Amino acid sequence: MSEKPTPKGAMIGTSFRRVDAVAKVTGRTRFADDLNLPRQVHMKLVRSPHPYARIRSIDLAAAKALPGVVGFLTGKDVPEPFGILPVSQDEHALCQDVVRFVGDPVVAVAALTEDQAEEAARLVKVDYEPLETVGSIEEGLLPTSAPLHGHADEGNIHKKITMQFGDVEAGLREADLVLEDVMFYEGNTHLPMEQHASLAVPEGDGRIGIWSSTQTPHYLHRALTKVLGLPASRIRVVAQPNGGGFGGKSDPFHHEICAAKMALNLRRPVKICLTREEVFFCHRGRHPTLMHLRTGFKKDGTITAQHLKTMLDGGGYGSYGVASTYYTGALQCVTYDVPRYRFDGARIFTNKPPCGPKRGHGTPQPRFALEVQLDKAAVALGIDPAELRLKQVQPAGAITANWLKVGSIGLKECIDRVVAGSAWKERRGRLPFGHGLGIACGAYLCGAGLPIYWNHLPHSGVQIKLDRSGGVAVFCGETEIGQGSDSILAACVAEILGIALEDIRLCVADTDLTPVDLGSYSSRVTLMMGNAAIQAAERARDLIAKAVAEEMKLPTTRLVFADRRVFDAENPGVGKSFAEAVQVAEARFGTLGTTGSYTPPRSPGKYRGAGVGPSPAYSYSAAVIEVKVDPETGIVEVPTVWIAHDIGRSLNPTLVVGQVEGSVYMGLGEALMEESAFRRLPKSRSRALVHKFPSMLEYKSPTFVDMPKVVTYLVEDPDPNGPFGAKEVGQGPLLPIMPALCNAIYDAVGVRVDQVPVQPHMILKALEDKRRGGVGRFGPKSFPKLDYGTPLMVPTPKEGGDGRAVNAEEIGIKGGTMTDRPAARTSP
Amino acid sequence: MNADSVTGSFVLNGERKTVAYPEHHTLLEVLREECGLPGTKHGCELGECGTCTVLIEGVPVLSCLVLARQCEDQAIETVEGLESAEGLHPLQVAFADLGAAQCGYCTPGILVTAKALLAANASPTSAEIDEALSGNLCRCTGYRKITEAVDLAAARLRGEDRALPSLSELCGHPHGDHSHE
Amino acid sequence: MMRLPSLQWAAPRTLTELTTRLAADPASTKLLAGGTDLIPNLKRRHQHARQLLWIGKISELQGIQPEASGEVSLGASTTLTAITRSDHLRRHYPGLVRAVASISSPVLRNMGTIGGNLCLDTRCTYYNQSEEWRRSIDYCLKEAGDTCWVAPGSPRCWAISASDSAPLLAAIGAKVSLHSVAGEREIDVEKLFVDDGIQYLAKRPDEVLTRIRLPAVSHSRSTYWKLRRRHSIDFPVLGVGAMVASDGGGRITAARVFLGAVASAPLSVDTSALLGQLPTEELVHTVAERARDLATPLDNTDFTLQWRRRMVHSYVDGALRELCGLPAKVVAPREGRFAIEV
Ligand SMILES: Cc1cc2nc3c(=O)[nH]c(=O)nc-3n(C[C@H](O)[C@H](O)[C@H](O)COP(=O)(O)OP(=O)(O)OC[C@H]3O[C@@H](n4cnc5c(N)ncnc54)[C@H](O)[C@@H]3O)c2cc1C
Ligand code: SF4
Ligand code: FES
Ligand code: FES
Repeated sequence: MSEKPTPKGAMIGTSFRRVDAVAKVTGRTRFADDLNLPRQVHMKLVRSPHPYARIRSIDLAAAKALPGVVGFLTGKDVPEPFGILPVSQDEHALCQDVVRFVGDPVVAVAALTEDQAEEAARLVKVDYEPLETVGSIEEGLLPTSAPLHGHADEGNIHKKITMQFGDVEAGLREADLVLEDVMFYEGNTHLPMEQHASLAVPEGDGRIGIWSSTQTPHYLHRALTKVLGLPASRIRVVAQPNGGGFGGKSDPFHHEICAAKMALNLRRPVKICLTREEVFFCHRGRHPTLMHLRTGFKKDGTITAQHLKTMLDGGGYGSYGVASTYYTGALQCVTYDVPRYRFDGARIFTNKPPCGPKRGHGTPQPRFALEVQLDKAAVALGIDPAELRLKQVQPAGAITANWLKVGSIGLKECIDRVVAGSAWKERRGRLPFGHGLGIACGAYLCGAGLPIYWNHLPHSGVQIKLDRSGGVAVFCGETEIGQGSDSILAACVAEILGIALEDIRLCVADTDLTPVDLGSYSSRVTLMMGNAAIQAAERARDLIAKAVAEEMKLPTTRLVFADRRVFDAENPGVGKSFAEAVQVAEARFGTLGTTGSYTPPRSPGKYRGAGVGPSPAYSYSAAVIEVKVDPETGIVEVPTVWIAHDIGRSLNPTLVVGQVEGSVYMGLGEALMEESAFRRLPKSRSRALVHKFPSMLEYKSPTFVDMPKVVTYLVEDPDPNGPFGAKEVGQGPLLPIMPALCNAIYDAVGVRVDQVPVQPHMILKALEDKRRGGVGRFGPKSFPKLDYGTPLMVPTPKEGGDGRAVNAEEIGIKGGTMTDRPAARTSP
Repeated sequence: MNADSVTGSFVLNGERKTVAYPEHHTLLEVLREECGLPGTKHGCELGECGTCTVLIEGVPVLSCLVLARQCEDQAIETVEGLESAEGLHPLQVAFADLGAAQCGYCTPGILVTAKALLAANASPTSAEIDEALSGNLCRCTGYRKITEAVDLAAARLRGEDRALPSLSELCGHPHGDHSHE
Repeated sequence: MMRLPSLQWAAPRTLTELTTRLAADPASTKLLAGGTDLIPNLKRRHQHARQLLWIGKISELQGIQPEASGEVSLGASTTLTAITRSDHLRRHYPGLVRAVASISSPVLRNMGTIGGNLCLDTRCTYYNQSEEWRRSIDYCLKEAGDTCWVAPGSPRCWAISASDSAPLLAAIGAKVSLHSVAGEREIDVEKLFVDDGIQYLAKRPDEVLTRIRLPAVSHSRSTYWKLRRRHSIDFPVLGVGAMVASDGGGRITAARVFLGAVASAPLSVDTSALLGQLPTEELVHTVAERARDLATPLDNTDFTLQWRRRMVHSYVDGALRELCGLPAKVVAPREGRFAIEV
């Protein structure tokens, strides 16, 4: 558009108060469990006590006899499978004939009160035939392990990936130093404070609505359509504000589907709120991941090649697992220049709650391995670890060996900031024994470049309705999970139209009323929704400008939208209030409404698998952590964390800093205490395989007094693809925390713990190892043997490749990604 | 109502309230289900998370562990009682302005706990604020903004004319370090 | 939402009314103090009760009373917060205040009582789980099952005594009064406990713990070192309650050390090496070694058992060094720091 009115923003870049702040501090925000309706009944799920078993029979008689019990569902009522990814539709709202983990739902019971429903659930008798369980990655790899699903690549290997970009072995031969490490990252979970809840409501004429704590109303809508067998237009999904999500509410869940089905059956509202233990069973948390990382370095510390192998413990179902597996290899090259790269990944089915996307989705594990290994390389080569990193930061606009296009990159500045802030140069390596500093970096997507369902539809849509009152209604499918997306939506529109947040009414996350936004996952909302909102607002502004300009007999370029007015830039006294301006436009054009949408740009990779990793932009972070380690006890204290985040442009610094501090918090939890550990009882006596501690008490989430001081630096280098230049902040700042902590422990006491969470005994064992003349390390010793197959060979950009694999046909892989197809649209 | 229902009476956010509820229900259930005040949240119902904190006679307690029957004639305060016709409580203002509420789920319990702290100690140090709130988990914020918000509200309640923190203070920079700007 | 089973509730006004009602049906009646242990246990269906008797209204069970003898009588219903705030206790029993300030979290201490803390059910990660979870391991000895999953083959339950006040009260030689319709008896705190995860109290079900008597303190110092993962909320995975008394010349006249959270009862450590001696690092080390050999941590709480055993040594050593004025070797726990300093 050539005739753009002059922008003059007031909102963006300021710490305006969140639009939902007052509701949240007064208790007025309605989370899903806060909703109640007349005639509502309560539902409970009866879950499997067995990790793996065949269902022989279900006896409802005793439960049916209880007063107040009104309905049941079993597997036969919901036979259609679902799953978040089209390639793994392997879940059922209630198990059909096999249960695959302790907590897998088998029966749904509804009663007048929750007390009665719970009582009834206890009386449901299910007869099971226990099966031999798969408890670990190693067991899943055994040829004798009985496959949990028919759709796995091989036995219990759900997914196997292997791809190579350039001649990695040659690169390793050229290296002066080759480091080879096996590392382990334990699983952990999101633990949102709010337990998942849903209220399903039958509406007249066979429609069903569900108000739920979900991060992805759109995908829940799809799953309901499939399982209920109703047209999508007859199903309404509304995502209530989530009391925290972190990825844990981004799959469609059993309880949501059962509530809808039960409500349709009973013709009355059905409510369910999970217990904390059930939230642990829903899981979809961080995959426990074993990693084998081999990297070649030149004497100056630059990387010549890298070969990463990962193995993920996936739990009992697919969930996002295929994507998670790809993600363990996808972002290894976007921070530093890795000229040649090979990635082998595999995900194993085990009889545990399914893993999925947690903050950082698949990338914190390999990031941990990489950043710890860089620290080891720096030590081995006698280079300052910060310098070693600075030396090889990717340039802006680079295309990585695996064909990701880096946009803006403020990583160097991030490193400089934390180095200066922590007095790194003066203090690292010079603090007394037991006291140390460690550095690490990270990068993350600003939204996945490809949607889960490959199509050419926008990833985010925004509609704006303007009316003569001067009020602006904004409609968008985005979901507020605490990250502040409602506020960003309102601010983007307010900024363009020059109005105040109070002038805006939001209608969000309602599949009946709002255009689709794919959901609050993969840090996509600010960038994608933001761009859609800007487009819709600009179109509205242009309509108003056209009408007002005609009336005022001015060129539209002279008009300014600010301070809730539309006025002449050269004569600011002359103009109209925003409401008057809307009236002029409404009179001129009729009822006013505009839309905006966003589809990410094409990515240059065109090989099979290139769909995971591309993003319109990448955020970068660097952190320095200070630790005090008691060498007598192995106990680690963290007094301070310095963290710099390349945000592109911070739309609201208060929100950004809040996300950074929250990420540091969650990262420290993962680094020091959080783990989703499982227990198997002696096999001779029991087949049990249970979550060790599905509770808020024993799953250790750091408290107020465990949280260190955090010093944050916001690095602003606006990205051309971001709304007003903004990039993501919800996930990226978590990534450097775990490796920085382990690197700091090394600086403090000279030993390596190559796994997280770091427990005190590990440090003591490593110290003992060192005293006995060993390398002073605690960590996994070996990586399981697995033939990942012949890698897909993709020449790198430097080798003159075109983004395609050269041997796809040969190894029987269908080439291409969605972006390869001619119809793919580029961004507006 | 169930056969085991009893009738109880207490002073809820300053108003006398008489309600019938099942005898075995906790204050949490009665507040949310019988009193129509869902502002008090729950995250475990076992005393492990602090989300359900309310004030009984000004003292923070976990409403998931208190039987409603124990509250006979007691003064109970929930998040809904913080706001008044005069406006938001200074704690609410500070939480709103500093982004101390992200998803907002832990916020009601933390607000009332902080209110009790400030009633007992008008000038708590940051360490004392952290200690007082250490039974309340929050998964979103990393706590620092909450501590700062309580500190800000305390200052304002003491009558100090404390402005919102500058960007540099917001970022936790030691005094005078503006290197990020 | 986790809810309680249906039950009845009553609030007796006097001790006599309480003991009478309790005697009528001790098997299905439970005393409810702060409820911070009992209510979760009932919700998870570990413990069962048809009737709860709330003891919060009984005056005989209340108050912190310094006596002329120099002793202090603590009512069983005294909240943990009241103890940490008592000027008298802070001055004369800083070890107790430190132990109590390390219990759970401030909001839980507003509710929890000292009597409830002593009667706290033993804990185990195979047991402190929901009914459904326990069903999935086919329960264990402590309730319906026939195996102890922590030590299969063992005839007994090894659930952990997790009270933070017990080791300290035992170390300083406190006594408890138990009342029933049959009368009153007073026993040493250490005799209140039995090293068995199921029958962990010597108190009969019809008895009420009414008061705790703290001995007069002179020339003695006490401290409590608590080990846990987080600095709030968490139960101890090890608690060291220690008391040392010495004469004018600095010779140790009495030393008592009790370990919490490493057995089903607080364990008494042999401190004879210290008696009559001027404290030295070697002597303290000897006691710490005896403590380590005594402790049998098992895999039923947080952290590895090998590390916890090692920490028994470090923390006994640390606590005794603190009391004997010897230089510290390990970083002291920072629990309850603010609650004490105010
Ligand atoms: C999340 C969490 C963390 C915790 N952390 C700790 C911790 O770190 N350290 C710790 O020691 N404890 C901890 N606790 C346990 C508990 O809060 C405390 O032990 C508390 O002091 C128990 O007291 P209460 O008054 O709440 O006991 P209640 O729950 O009321 O009672 C506990 C038991 O004692 C019996 N009882 C109570 N009073 C009497 C009496 N006068 N006579 C006879 N029997 C009686 C009851 O019948 C019941 O069986 C924690 C609890 C929770 C939920
Ligand atoms: S120690 Fe053994 S018997 Fe006792 S609670 Fe634990 S598993 Fe059960
Ligand atoms: S709901 Fe978690 S403490 Fe009450
Ligand atoms: S703001 Fe989300 S849990 Fe605290």
